[in-house]
Amino acid sequence: MKPAPFHYHAPVTVEEAVTQLARYGGDAKVLAGGQSLVPVMAFRLARPGQIVDINGIEELDYARVTDGRLHIGALARHARFHDPVEPGPLGQLLSTVVQSIAHLPIRMRGTFCGSLAHADASSEWCATAATLDAEMVLVHQTGRRVVTAADYFKGFLMTDRADDELLVEARIPLLPAGTRFGFEEFSRRAGDYALTLCLAVIRVEGGKVTEARVGVGGAEPFPRRIKEAEATLVGRAFDHAACRRAAEFAAKAVDPMNDTQADPEYRRDLVLAMVRRALEKCLA
Amino acid sequence: MSGDHQTKHATTWVGRSIRRVEDRALVHGEGCFTADLPADLHVRFVRSPVASGRLKHVTIPDTARGLVAADLTRIGRIKPMLHRPDYVAVEQPILADGVIRFVGEPIAAIIASSPAEAEDHVEATFYDIDETDPVVDVLAALAPGAPRVHDWTKHNILVEGRVDTPGFDAMFASAARIVEVDITSRRQHALPLEPRGAHADFDRRTGRITLTCSTQSPHVMRTAIAELLQLPEADLRVIAPDVGGGFGQKMMLPPEYVLIVHVARMTKRSVAWIEDRRENLIASFHARDMRVKLKAAFSADAKLIAIDADMASNVGAYSGFPITCGVEALMGMAELPGPYDVQQYRCVSRGVATNTCPMAPYRGVSRPVITFTMERMMDTAAAKFGIDPIDIRRRNLIDKFPYKSATGLTFDDATYREVMEIAVRELPLSQLRERQSEMRKHGRYLGIGFSTFSERTGYGTPAFAARGMESTPGYENVEIAMDPSGNVTARIGAFPHGQGLKTTLSQIIADEVGVSPEKINIIAGDTDQTPYGWGSFASRSLVISGGACLVGARKLKAKLVRIAAHLMKVAPEDVTLEPGFAKARSTNQSIPIPELARTAYHKAHLLYGVADAGLVEQGFYDPPGTFSNACHVAVVEVDIETGGVKVERFMVVEDAGRLINPMIVDGQIHGGVAQGIANALLEEIIYDERGNILTATLADFLPPTMSEVPRFELHHIETYSDATITEAKGIGEGGAIGAPAAVVNAISDALSPFGVAFYELPVTPQRIRAALRKAGKANS
Ligand SMILES: Cc1cc2nc3c(=O)[nH]c(=O)nc-3n(C[C@H](O)[C@H](O)[C@H](O)COP(=O)(O)OP(=O)(O)OC[C@H]3O[C@@H](n4cnc5c(N)ncnc54)[C@H](O)[C@@H]3O)c2cc1C
Repeated sequence: MKPAPFHYHAPVTVEEAVTQLARYGGDAKVLAGGQSLVPVMAFRLARPGQIVDINGIEELDYARVTDGRLHIGALARHARFHDPVEPGPLGQLLSTVVQSIAHLPIRMRGTFCGSLAHADASSEWCATAATLDAEMVLVHQTGRRVVTAADYFKGFLMTDRADDELLVEARIPLLPAGTRFGFEEFSRRAGDYALTLCLAVIRVEGGKVTEARVGVGGAEPFPRRIKEAEATLVGRAFDHAACRRAAEFAAKAVDPMNDTQADPEYRRDLVLAMVRRALEKCLA
Repeated sequence: MSGDHQTKHATTWVGRSIRRVEDRALVHGEGCFTADLPADLHVRFVRSPVASGRLKHVTIPDTARGLVAADLTRIGRIKPMLHRPDYVAVEQPILADGVIRFVGEPIAAIIASSPAEAEDHVEATFYDIDETDPVVDVLAALAPGAPRVHDWTKHNILVEGRVDTPGFDAMFASAARIVEVDITSRRQHALPLEPRGAHADFDRRTGRITLTCSTQSPHVMRTAIAELLQLPEADLRVIAPDVGGGFGQKMMLPPEYVLIVHVARMTKRSVAWIEDRRENLIASFHARDMRVKLKAAFSADAKLIAIDADMASNVGAYSGFPITCGVEALMGMAELPGPYDVQQYRCVSRGVATNTCPMAPYRGVSRPVITFTMERMMDTAAAKFGIDPIDIRRRNLIDKFPYKSATGLTFDDATYREVMEIAVRELPLSQLRERQSEMRKHGRYLGIGFSTFSERTGYGTPAFAARGMESTPGYENVEIAMDPSGNVTARIGAFPHGQGLKTTLSQIIADEVGVSPEKINIIAGDTDQTPYGWGSFASRSLVISGGACLVGARKLKAKLVRIAAHLMKVAPEDVTLEPGFAKARSTNQSIPIPELARTAYHKAHLLYGVADAGLVEQGFYDPPGTFSNACHVAVVEVDIETGGVKVERFMVVEDAGRLINPMIVDGQIHGGVAQGIANALLEEIIYDERGNILTATLADFLPPTMSEVPRFELHHIETYSDATITEAKGIGEGGAIGAPAAVVNAISDALSPFGVAFYELPVTPQRIRAALRKAGKANS
């Protein structure tokens, strides 16, 4: 459990970092919080020849609101979200969700953008990004592009990001006042990656659901909104029966993964339970 | 409850929860572990990625230095012996020699100047293995025609024990009811915080080698390694420094340690191997991969009259030294009936080789499994008879002592019934039952599970000899000396690795010799400095090493009294040792203990003809063994939609005889119960059918965190049995023995409305959901 040899670079600007990424391409890896990269290097499952440590790029250390969106820089650590980063429902939502990510020491180092770059199927932040249609800002040596969550997640630990691109920022639209949310996850132990999780975001006006977002993570290779569940909710009264119905749709819609801890049938059970419970939290 | 003890024995050191002398250095980060020693050379192992095959050749890269089996022809093979006709003595080479028998088996050792560099060479080492079909599952290994792990053997059965009491058949046939259970205990891993590790250094001046290693038994390591390397034992010094847990895994001889000593001898330099977590999970010793089929015969009034068991223990690819692959199978057979009064017993118990990692005893050895078997059976029987689980135990627990078991064990005074009755009262059970039915009305499933058991502890040589062990452990020696300043040093053969033994032994000695514990130094873990001993395992050290300390301290006391009597010119019977001084009752004269010590060493002429100079004594103890006992109660809530289990409460009512240090006893129970809860709910080593291990990291093998274990509620009774001279019984394993049964009884109780019950370990959320689905309870 010792990493293979590598060269270490510590750029202090984004420009420098992307120059190095351009030079080394697939042989380089960005080091952010290191909470996922370092273990896989120790197992030699990843063996980058070049490490580009972005921790010295101070300009990336932020989480701020502009233009009705929350902008999260590549050095914003998980722990930054313990207290709401903005006073509205989004700040509340993030500070609720962050509690389920790993343990405190890991949250002190791991980064929001690092989670999105790593793209674990069960990552709370990936599910949040998918549910809230976040945008990812990717910078390479000669330009930048913005990719929406629906196009960003591509597969198990796979994203649309190219090897020479740095994820400099994630942007999440603020949620209007009165937006309700519910988050539920099931994991074997406190702090473990979830076997399945659900983030539900609901707006109710005049007794009817006007907007519904039901994001599921951990069940499939990458998180996504479950349109079938959302569709059954919109335009109808929001009650226990609605939650149950939406959960049943979600459980049917997913194509669950298989591993030692959860076979597909069990994961489907968990989707049913997590979606219903997350939605029921929005009832209150 | 341990607070009760603070005042109980106010005038003695024994019985008080004094702080552990071991902890200060550890919590200040000043401990010294094997990995803290600098080394010139570092070894990493090339390990087999396949479970079974022919190893054709190994090519170590030109740039690297390494060893393969062909380089070790002068080193012996590990071949532990059991003198039983049914034992098949297989051998284990230090590095795989032509045949691969499990994933993780060492094929080659790479020697480099850093661990990272050694790992680079490990990756570049080329080997050619012709893979053959492995046998992984214990029942598959028993099937006719199964591939044989050792091709020269007739079958994979390496040990086979049988019991058949006269009168069994007739009694079994007379049963009013037979209750059958089929138990599966999936493979466990002890997961010590510190993985294994060895550091060997060659002393050019003396030609001796010092092996510093993470072990439970330094003297046993010395004997085994010296023999395999054909060294005089005097040329090998083994030091066990601070050791971060062992739980049985570190009482076995790792082939890796033998190799490290060999490399130090060959290179005349210091060399280290520090096992990493992945190796520890794959290739250190596993445990408890067992199946038990039990048929229990009851009379019409729910009295157990006979039991018939068929046990199969998966022993992995080899037999470990010194305890052999018979340990789980034979202990399981001897102790299955547990705390229940049943005189008719038939059992066949087999230890079966497979292409998996070899086994070590793990805290409790097979008793977590046999307790699980008996306790699941009792709950199942209670349900069949339509009586309460408490009631069926009341009818069957042993309550007359001494009790001779069906397998010839003598049960000394204990409190099997009483501990259960205390639990029923303290919970209180009636209130919990009310809460349970109230919660069920709201779709919530609370379960209450009991487990009562006996823990055979502190047994000496006769018990081990009965198993036919070639190296027969059991006794302990201690050399106890008072120095001229009046401080005491005890050199013990036992070796603690986290149990607080230095603290408890000093309490025992303090009461005898009138010196407070901080003036008593316990030396352990260095074969150059301590008398030969067996180390810590089998809940033995406090009982046996504590007994030896008491014997030695009493001799020392007698000598101090003799000296004091002479100096005060009174009869020895007139002298008492009080804390700090010796006193003559008749004259009220007293002499401080340091003055007695000075006299013994520096004014020996005053004692001419009365006593030899100096204050050095030896204590030896080899007891028959004693049974401690406990009742565990788990209260769990099962989430029927996710299969999640929350352990709400966990109560232990336990009787370990005299408690030398109640806080340390509580700590032993806490740790054991946490492991037992993990055994019931979380931890499992999983192999696929090709013998690949699927749980090789801590992301897949799941020890509990603080969040998964509740606060423990502990109660003690102290039965002073005459089976030990300290009146203390062992307590090291009980927590782990009782907890799995209590937890799974509780889960089965919770899910009884669905007709769902479990007979396997661990019970995972996935298995709970699968069982509920099968029972027709789809997700609500
Ligand atoms: C014990 C443990 C438990 C955990 N439990 C959870 C959990 O419950 N939920 C959860 O979500 N996570 C969990 N994690 C993972 C943790 O949240 C990680 O911090 C996170 O996944 C990655 O963030 P990081 O900043 O540490 O990234 P790193 O480990 O530094 O990098 C991860 C990957 O992303 C790439 N990368 C990082 N930042 C960028 C960037 N800005 N641009 C391009 N590429 C980048 C790296 O090259 C690497 O491939 C756990 C980790 C541990 C060790």
